[in-house]
Amino acid sequence: MSAPPAYLELVCPAGTPTALRAAVDAGADTVYCGFRNETNARNYPGLNFDADELEDGIAYAHAHGCKVLVAVNTFPRAGNLKLWHEAVDIAADLGADAAILADIGVLDYATRKHPGLRRHLSVQAAASNPASIAFYRDNFGIKRLVLPRILDVGEIAALIRQIGVEAEVFAFGNLGTMVEGRCYLSSYITGLSPSCDGTCAPASHVAYREEGDRLVSCLDGVTINSFGKHEAAAYPTPCKGRYVARGETSYLFEEPFGLNVMAILPQLKAAGVTALKIEGRQRSRAYVAEVVGKFRRTLDALARGEQPLEAESGLSAIMEGGRETFGAYKKGWR
Amino acid sequence: MKGKAGKRGAKPPQRREKSRLTLGPLLFHWPVEKRRDFYFRIADEADIDEVYLGEVVCSKREPFFEPYLSKTADRLRAAGKKVVYSTFALVTTPREIEIVRAKNAREALIEVNDMAAVQVLDGKPFVIGPLINVFNEGALDFLARKGAVRLVALPELSAASIGILAKAAKARGVEIEVPVFGRQTLSVSMRCYHARSLGLHKDNCRFVCERDPDGLPVGTLDGQDLLTVNGVQTMSHGYLALLNDLAALRKMGVGAFRLSPQDTDMVRVAEIYRAALDGKDDPGALLDELREQLPSTPFINGYMRGGRGLDWTE
Repeated sequence: MSAPPAYLELVCPAGTPTALRAAVDAGADTVYCGFRNETNARNYPGLNFDADELEDGIAYAHAHGCKVLVAVNTFPRAGNLKLWHEAVDIAADLGADAAILADIGVLDYATRKHPGLRRHLSVQAAASNPASIAFYRDNFGIKRLVLPRILDVGEIAALIRQIGVEAEVFAFGNLGTMVEGRCYLSSYITGLSPSCDGTCAPASHVAYREEGDRLVSCLDGVTINSFGKHEAAAYPTPCKGRYVARGETSYLFEEPFGLNVMAILPQLKAAGVTALKIEGRQRSRAYVAEVVGKFRRTLDALARGEQPLEAESGLSAIMEGGRETFGAYKKGWR
Repeated sequence: MKGKAGKRGAKPPQRREKSRLTLGPLLFHWPVEKRRDFYFRIADEADIDEVYLGEVVCSKREPFFEPYLSKTADRLRAAGKKVVYSTFALVTTPREIEIVRAKNAREALIEVNDMAAVQVLDGKPFVIGPLINVFNEGALDFLARKGAVRLVALPELSAASIGILAKAAKARGVEIEVPVFGRQTLSVSMRCYHARSLGLHKDNCRFVCERDPDGLPVGTLDGQDLLTVNGVQTMSHGYLALLNDLAALRKMGVGAFRLSPQDTDMVRVAEIYRAALDGKDDPGALLDELREQLPSTPFINGYMRGGRGLDWTE
């Protein structure tokens, strides 16, 4: 049984029913998951839930005092609204604690059809200023906003003071450098859209090939990176590739680092943040258990007024690229 | 909106059902003089019905052209062109919201590119810019109720989606505008890649984006031209060139076609597109003319065909 959130609510990824149990057992306050189709932004083979699995998952989580959020956070293509509406209906009928939504049409539907279902605004909606957030709050009654990963801690604090809704921030995992919900790089290269299909750089379009002593990574035939023997081969996400500009080769957009805010939790708390989001619905049960466990112990220590153990911050080994960053939370990232 | 084509069956485009040609906001950071001269020439020479003015990409660039903005708008209006004011693609600071608010108070019609603009519009009619996520009729319906009078198609939309949206838009009295020329926006960020490419940050950028009036070319490690960086924005390498699609889009009910300014003779580009819309010449022949003008730039139309954005299908 996890304790009620005393410091910051820990929101954890449940890519599969197994990962959901792992996250709950490791001390998640809340888990988030999605259906096995393009209605959520992690639409990858072998992941996600059908309605029965979600029902079981909600029962397990609720029995352990843990909340369940259902992500219906992609954008339906024209003429194809039904699947998204059904996803919202199922989430409401099964007693999900909230739905995480992005599309204005889906938000409108949920607001009218299921006024009792709590609505969170997905990071995919890219609401990053008080006026934009007020639009979603006033029109769709959103209770919480998942903040785009583009503001520094000072800006987050200033924003939270003005918006009148809870703020959830990304705490750990994959770090996109473009504004989410407004990036077409992957569909430009593969034809599949992160916004509508829920897949960024899908594995089905990824290939690695050896060229001499180098390993080249490709996305649908487009070279994204090349690695020497001493380098770990990062996944070929288009915004984290090596490119050539002005005759120079570099990680022009972002290096393949993972985000980790473990060291700035007190600052986020002081900024007025309500919840921390662990990214990684595509990750293994073991990964989820380890990351959630470390964050749980750290948050509990902070809640008791103790300094968290140094060892708990050591998550680099399971981090993408094996290296960590504070991303946009620290000034100078821009 | 006057001048919308009525439904007249599958006839080839006729002169009297004149489609409107628009010039999208200039997305690159051109020096003030170049920018001013560009718009004056558009006013005097280009067969364009409507011009979008205003900075979209980066609020740091905004003050440069601000003193010339109203004079430029007057000159365009005097030449018989309508003027729409575009607003920022990414709003984060109070100053940026204030600029949007001021523009809204001052100008007749605003193009919104961040939902902040809709919130401060206060019921006034507006254009939904191509950086707002309207993928479907549900979102369009809601924004029409909020006062949207026109939807500019976002880069990823296919002809199939545009057809469905056009039908829904007609029922709501909303016009559809489709970008048909120029680099496509692929992402926006808080990080400035132009600055980063020279070891600088957004906060001390020295406006290095001014060095690349058509954007900074970005290639893959094996030499494929792939992307273009324009400050905080990432764009396609190829230019969208939808001359072959104009007739079909018109048939769907698309009323306006947008040319996105590039560092080439835009008056000539407008002539070519106007000729295509008027049915004066075969789209294939006009495409060849466009190629002659832009010999080193590949064309793309993949999204419109429902595929990979970077592809070109004749």
